[in-house]
Amino acid sequence: MELYEKTIHELHELIEKKEITGVELNKSVYERIAQVEEKIKAYVLTMDWEQVLQKAQAVDDMFARGGKIHPLGGIPMALKDNICTKGVRTTCSSKILENFVPPYDATVSQKLSESHTILVGKTNMDEFAMGSSTENSAFSITRNPWNLECVPGGSSGGAAASVAADEAVFALGSDTGGSIRQPAAFCGVVGLKPTYGLVSRYGLIAYASSLDQIGPITKDVTDCALVLSAIAGHDPKDSTSVNKPVPDYRNFLTGEIKGMKIGIPREYFGEGLDGGVREKVLAAIGDLEKLGAEVEEVSMPHTEYALPAYYLIASAEASSNLARYDGVRYGYRSKDASDIVTMFKKSRSEGFGSEVKRRIMLGTYALSTGYYDAYYLKALKVRTLVKGDFDRAFEKYDLLAAPTSPSVAFRTGEKRDDPLAMYMMDVCTIPINLAGIPAISLPCGFSEGLPVGLQLMGKAFGEGPLLKAAYAYEQSAGFHLAKPTLNGEV
Amino acid sequence: MAISKKDVEHVALLSRLDLTEEEKHLYGEQLSAILAFMGKLQELNTDEISPTAHILPLQNVLRKDMPRPSIDQGEALQNAPLQEKGMFRVPRIV
Repeated sequence: MELYEKTIHELHELIEKKEITGVELNKSVYERIAQVEEKIKAYVLTMDWEQVLQKAQAVDDMFARGGKIHPLGGIPMALKDNICTKGVRTTCSSKILENFVPPYDATVSQKLSESHTILVGKTNMDEFAMGSSTENSAFSITRNPWNLECVPGGSSGGAAASVAADEAVFALGSDTGGSIRQPAAFCGVVGLKPTYGLVSRYGLIAYASSLDQIGPITKDVTDCALVLSAIAGHDPKDSTSVNKPVPDYRNFLTGEIKGMKIGIPREYFGEGLDGGVREKVLAAIGDLEKLGAEVEEVSMPHTEYALPAYYLIASAEASSNLARYDGVRYGYRSKDASDIVTMFKKSRSEGFGSEVKRRIMLGTYALSTGYYDAYYLKALKVRTLVKGDFDRAFEKYDLLAAPTSPSVAFRTGEKRDDPLAMYMMDVCTIPINLAGIPAISLPCGFSEGLPVGLQLMGKAFGEGPLLKAAYAYEQSAGFHLAKPTLNGEV
Repeated sequence: MAISKKDVEHVALLSRLDLTEEEKHLYGEQLSAILAFMGKLQELNTDEISPTAHILPLQNVLRKDMPRPSIDQGEALQNAPLQEKGMFRVPRIV
């Protein structure tokens, strides 16, 4: 087994035992990138090897001098390109930010630096995180490592593909309506959207501020717990970050779930769910039952209203957040504008891609005079009802289980010209963001040769029990051990 | 609900977007379809329901108003498309 194939916890053990060095590990991942990146195109940019070598050497030196090594120390990782990195270009896969170099680090970037991880690159995404296939990137189309003819999901498609193809040991993505979980499901890796407020959003380029959350994409649940422990916690720079002590999430990974109550929301198994996905997810739920969980069907009647409510709320927040791209302080400015309003309009029209413009238009419409009550306010009220479904379910159940996505990865180009069909891909993940609760996607088998994702949802700040159940399932099922072949015609 | 070309032009102006004729046509059609789908929300009676803007029980998070270090002028200007004498330069406004 090559070093680049291993998990964080396996590599940490090897480093601690002095069987490998950080330099050797980073070299292995760099060689892997050189070998496969041409096919996958997971990255917007990769760091210079010299810089990476220097950082890896510094970690090795510190360890050689007798320092204690952090569980993430020396581990090569990737960040979605909407997470600000001081001095390193952060583009949101948009032409409008193509040359933006942040003068500061996002809190998660800083925390990972302090844990001595090593940034190897910034991963491709749907422009401004708007999309479910990573086809909306202004720079390149990322391929699914399980079948290069298929999309990796989105919007954190580059991050999920980089981990699945072993081009990074782990990555951070962001999830506004499923953008960590859906690509994790499509690429056969583990992706967690934490509770809103658990991980600081400072330095995450905003899409929809009441829904956005940063989380880990990893090769297994143990790595997920390790990364979450490193990035969670209160941050005075994010006024929506919650002041609660952060446990060591590894302590929950006991494998013991006897008596845990798991609800199965029947609305997630309705019309539009692919037969192969249904079969694998139901089989996984059967496995959880065999492990001792008490499984019962539950109804969440407002589920079908979550998708339209989400696209109104997210687009409204986006139209406001993206007003800052005006060509004045940073970002792209159109060359041919003699007055200020023309400069704003031309800079934005030339800088934004079509999906971003579509959502800005939709959000502006929903917030405009005469339509605010009918659309935006209505959506906020429906959000209350969707959240109420979860509150009621969690009075009775510890967790909920459902598919992550109604289908496996679809073909590149298949849904590109039909925005509504693309939005439907988020139907199983969106309610979670509206409710603000945590949810994890983990591999639970294959359909049509492509990975299927099992989604587990937990109570607010219940990442512990969520990871506990995910770990128990993963260890008994073993699907996290499968590796993609990187085959298919491009 | 159909979005007219005039609606599209009005929203584009509010959004500070300059659309081509082709884009106006396309967005008009797509937004009509998307808004028709959103119309589903009207099936629910929400008269007695209060809106949820965000899910945390946090309100008015304040900190002490104390001076503290920030990025300097040079760093703040480093990404500016055009600058002059330590300021952002834009086309003439008045």
